[in-house]
Amino acid sequence: MFYRENGQFKTTYQSDQQIFAIPQDRWAILAIIAFAFIGIPLLVDEYLFRAILIPFLILSLAALGVNILVGYCGQITLGAGASMAVGAYAAYNFLIRVDGMPALAAILLGGIVAAAAGIVFGAPSLRVRGLYLAVATLAAQFFWDWAFLRIKWFTNNASSGSVSVADINLLGWTISSPTDKYLFCLGILVVFSLAAKNLVRGAIGRQWMAIRDMDVAATVIGIRPMYAKLSAFAVSSFYLGVAGALWGFVHLGSWEPAAFSIDRSFQLLFMVIIGGMGAIAGSFFGAAFIVVLPIFLNQMLALVGGWFGVEVSIALVSHIEIMVFGALIVFFLIVEPHGIARLWSTGREKLRLWPFPH
Amino acid sequence: MAFFIETLLGGLMSGMLYSLVALGFVLIYKASGVFNFAQGAMVLFAALSMARFSEWIPEWLGMDNLFMANLLAIVVSALVMLAVAWLIEYLVLRHLVNQEGATLLMATLGIGYFLDGVGQTIFGSDIYKIDVGMPKEPVMMLESVFEGGILINKEDFVAAFIAAMLVLALTIFFQKTATGRALRAVADDHQAAQSIGIPLGRIWVIVWCVAGLTALVAGIIWGSKLGAQFSLSTVALRALPVVILGGLTSVPGAILGGLIIGVGEKLSEVYLGPYVGGGIEIWFAYMLALVFLLFRPQGLFGEKIIDRV
Repeated sequence: MFYRENGQFKTTYQSDQQIFAIPQDRWAILAIIAFAFIGIPLLVDEYLFRAILIPFLILSLAALGVNILVGYCGQITLGAGASMAVGAYAAYNFLIRVDGMPALAAILLGGIVAAAAGIVFGAPSLRVRGLYLAVATLAAQFFWDWAFLRIKWFTNNASSGSVSVADINLLGWTISSPTDKYLFCLGILVVFSLAAKNLVRGAIGRQWMAIRDMDVAATVIGIRPMYAKLSAFAVSSFYLGVAGALWGFVHLGSWEPAAFSIDRSFQLLFMVIIGGMGAIAGSFFGAAFIVVLPIFLNQMLALVGGWFGVEVSIALVSHIEIMVFGALIVFFLIVEPHGIARLWSTGREKLRLWPFPH
Repeated sequence: MAFFIETLLGGLMSGMLYSLVALGFVLIYKASGVFNFAQGAMVLFAALSMARFSEWIPEWLGMDNLFMANLLAIVVSALVMLAVAWLIEYLVLRHLVNQEGATLLMATLGIGYFLDGVGQTIFGSDIYKIDVGMPKEPVMMLESVFEGGILINKEDFVAAFIAAMLVLALTIFFQKTATGRALRAVADDHQAAQSIGIPLGRIWVIVWCVAGLTALVAGIIWGSKLGAQFSLSTVALRALPVVILGGLTSVPGAILGGLIIGVGEKLSEVYLGPYVGGGIEIWFAYMLALVFLLFRPQGLFGEKIIDRV
């Protein structure tokens, strides 16, 4: 009904190779982007920006990074939070140690430093696989956690690694109000997700997928595992590093290493698995789910407690929150182990044929 | 020299404690291929239930015999852990058979969150004491051999002894009983085991129960050392390098890995730590495991990984 491809013929190679080959998709994506840039700033109040939309955008970017590594290249990582931390602290150091460094450049340089660190800590993937690798990536997590707490140079001698930055200035545009921050993050996210979409359908993305599906077979057909795996680690860490820098600079303003602890790594992996491994859209679904769920649960519990006239203490709410969170995650994995993206694509296939499925 | 031996012994004993937690990982991975991130939450849950029941039972029954209270608390906690293990298997893992490793890993993480939440909702979230009469005071040993002797924590000694006993009991269970044989068969090959009539579901329940009981032992020992509190669930993270160092599928590996990591941690903290600012033991363990893995990707005693196209 909504989705008819009848009569759409591709007559040139160019039209066959477009990112979104179906016009309906193309228009839908453009409409969503336009709405996000123009509609949302008009409709939404400050609380929503700060509590939901900005974290959602930044964590989507991070989830994209994790998805490239876990979903496309098949290397499970539990050190994603560490890459974010490296990005954030590297960007901080560029900003304060180099005179006149533009904040955007510092953020991107932070991403590049994170990519370098990712290559170093991704090197064991050449020898070690699967769950052993997952545990090995925890080495990065704990090492960087420690480094930003104890090595004073990284944090400019700040106590317990807590640092802060002023509002970002981008070519005369001072990013201080929640709407500005939202637009800034949205702009970066759009550019980065288009880049990711293109990367994974290009030569390098196909190499990653071949490695994911079976690395010995991929080697036999001439893919260099070292190049493919390390490039996946580098790209993924770059995305994570930029996301980390944004998280520190734009969302938090001042932060300490605990903002990028191991819980953050688990959270990012949750996003990718619940959203859908190996699907760009999955990163967004997963991030939305994980960002909104705790806030929703929190409100619901207060509401339900109000019905029964029970005063729910804050500690109890947080316990019930993690309890329900855990249970929902398990429930989701049982119902749809391939993630929300799979539900989405099944639904779309149905819509293509509806109302005449035969 | 005496100081060195003291550090070494301290490392060996804390290593035994790590192996206790690591054993839980290995048992489950071996039998069902699930990497159980919830092991730490299980340890916490067991410790909390032990601590609270040993407090509640004397209140309910109106007695004040510490020994009886502890005994009853252990029995009740063991029943609780068996129920938890059974529920996990019945409600979650049964429905996730044949899923990818990453999905199973996430599922156990979800279970971990759930257990953390439930445990603290039911039992409270303060720090509780577990008092099973472990001797607290340190003793001096070998005073005739070294000047000043070696200071040993008796508590560690008892804990290491209990850990060794548990390993012995598990080994006998695995090697000498019919159920143990069935467990090993399932670990070797699921399909072959099923084809000769071993019920997979029941075996998995048994494995989770055994892992639950191991968690109880670990919970009691760690809990009486550090107090039953939320940070116990991070003990699992410290036991992870032990598991990959020893090999995910090997019980002796978990023991030897624990000893290596325990000693490595203590020695590095004492001799290397002061130069770089201290607190290095947690990542040092991972680095140590990583270096081992570079030479033996399957861990010390893990099964050799053979790839065929």
